[in-house]
Amino acid sequence: MNKLARDLLFPIIAVVAAFIVGAILILLVGDNPITAYRLLLGSALSWPDGIGYVLFYATPLIFTGLAVLVGFRCGLFNIGAEGQLYIAAFATAWVGIKFANLSPWLLIPFCCAAAILAGAVWGGIPGVLKAKFGSHEVINTIMLNFIAIMIASYFTQYHYKVGGDPILESAPIGEGAHIPHLGKFIPGFPERIPLNVAFILALLCCLLVYLFLWRTKWGYEIRATGSNPFAAEYGGISIRKQIILAMAVSGGLAGMVGINEVLGNRHRYYDGFSDNFGFTGIAVALLGRNHPVGVILAALLFAALQHGGIYVDGFSQNVTKDIVQVLQGIIILFVAAEGFFKWLLRRASMERLRA
Amino acid sequence: MRDIFTLSLIASTIRLATPLVLAALGGLFSERSGVINIALEGKMLAGAFTAAAVTYAADNKLGLGAASPWVGLLGGMLAGLFIAVIYAVSCIRFKAEQVVSGAAINILMLGIPGFLSGAFFLSSGSTPQLPKDHLLPQSPVIIAITILALVALIWYVLYKTPFGLRLRSVGENPEAADAAGVSVSRIRYSGVLLAGVLAGLGGAYLSIGQSSLFTRNMTAGRGFIALAALIFGKWRPVQTLLACLLFGFTEAVSIQMQGVFKLPSGDDIPVQFIQMVPYVLTIVVLAGFIGSSRPPRALGIPYQKEK
Repeated sequence: MNKLARDLLFPIIAVVAAFIVGAILILLVGDNPITAYRLLLGSALSWPDGIGYVLFYATPLIFTGLAVLVGFRCGLFNIGAEGQLYIAAFATAWVGIKFANLSPWLLIPFCCAAAILAGAVWGGIPGVLKAKFGSHEVINTIMLNFIAIMIASYFTQYHYKVGGDPILESAPIGEGAHIPHLGKFIPGFPERIPLNVAFILALLCCLLVYLFLWRTKWGYEIRATGSNPFAAEYGGISIRKQIILAMAVSGGLAGMVGINEVLGNRHRYYDGFSDNFGFTGIAVALLGRNHPVGVILAALLFAALQHGGIYVDGFSQNVTKDIVQVLQGIIILFVAAEGFFKWLLRRASMERLRA
Repeated sequence: MRDIFTLSLIASTIRLATPLVLAALGGLFSERSGVINIALEGKMLAGAFTAAAVTYAADNKLGLGAASPWVGLLGGMLAGLFIAVIYAVSCIRFKAEQVVSGAAINILMLGIPGFLSGAFFLSSGSTPQLPKDHLLPQSPVIIAITILALVALIWYVLYKTPFGLRLRSVGENPEAADAAGVSVSRIRYSGVLLAGVLAGLGGAYLSIGQSSLFTRNMTAGRGFIALAALIFGKWRPVQTLLACLLFGFTEAVSIQMQGVFKLPSGDDIPVQFIQMVPYVLTIVVLAGFIGSSRPPRALGIPYQKEK
């Protein structure tokens, strides 16, 4: 099998298999899988709302998918995109509040830099811990997720809330920090849909990540470390430096979710805004075979599911929007256990030989 | 400061530490055999939901009355076991990346309880309230004795039985264990399945012991705190118990402190900083700043038998 065929085949098998398991579960709870799936996926293609919202939901998933991808390519598992994007979103809002009166030409770049920098620092910490002390990045990123959420919630609650606001959210950022919704530029596309410039930025990042990993020396060294750290070290690459670099880049990418959320959507920090974006990013990167193009496709699939979940909740008898998470979990399980499908294929071909 | 250390604080520390101890000891079996267990969270959720749902059904459909929480407890353990079977097959039989499968289990179990309760209880993610007298015993003394007995048993199994020796050797050096005739995969299956049962038990205690129903995402990261306690306890049963008590204590304090304690400046002591303690301690100890915490050497590496 050539590489492209395999890269396409296994993710498709995983998705189809997950939908079959999901259909069995839907049958078990006494509902019709076809109706449920039609609700789940059917609304995604309607213009302008379906497409607009799917692209909006895909934006954070592209960022977190890229973040996980960069880690994976270095042989690291960044399970901390969730924490990185929370810290980054808070930092973005902080700059947007503190320097609210600056001109947009300065304020927007400042806010974006804050998002990227905060994410990079938060991602860099487990990188440094791994490089210096050899402690496992999976554990550290899990712990840092909780710490990030608590730090952001502390500052919001005690220092940046508008008095009397019952919701745990920060004060609004300055108007100059708002980035436009795409409806402003596309005729016939309503501005109320929150799809914004951050989506274009996300696509641009896919290109940049591709160029970085496959066309620069740094990217080459990261990939060399990921595929064989011993050979890389022997070849004169400092593994420690690559680990820190990859985790910082990964964190910076996750942090850019803050741009979409704070500058493009809510215009403030909002406690608990992330709908598991960081964890879905793992699914996105894996299903996308750790390639930027794959990440875009996988992000669109998961965004469509997320969008459809609302319709399932509203219009079906027994199926709730939880089916989205169920499908997501099964998809990752199948992608992870690629050996399972290889084993099935091997068995099938052996049967054929025998016949 | 003196009045924080009241009897009620000790009692609530024990109560809050119980699910952590059960899940962490489960994680111990799995990780000492060489299989990472970030899926503890998902297994606890499975246990918590099933226990509450089964208790409710046993009470209302089968009329088992006061026996129903025990049936529920069994259900919770079986649910943890079931999830562990999926996890074990994918990690051991098909050599899936353990952290990825674990993350998949966690995401899956965020969805499954809501999915099932939406269908069976027509609710959005919670089970019906159970009557107070149909819950597991909550007396801190009974719980403390049970937990101590369990820790003693696990210590004995791990260090004084052939099974324990094999488990530890498979986690440290699977090649050597294999050469000595130990079946690496069989031992790892036992480790992961035991972890599922204990984590399911921990989850069950959460829903039908500490609480009286299952609510959406009710573990709220306790599976990860249990994992943290396991690391903080250096993958050893007694130290892990102590770590769980410490983490249970921070939770008890943060519940009790809310709005009560003031700094001299008149500000509240932010509860977030107390809740952060377990996570920060884990990072610190893992980096080797306070003693060193070394994971089992073969942790996370699928074993490929040489052909």
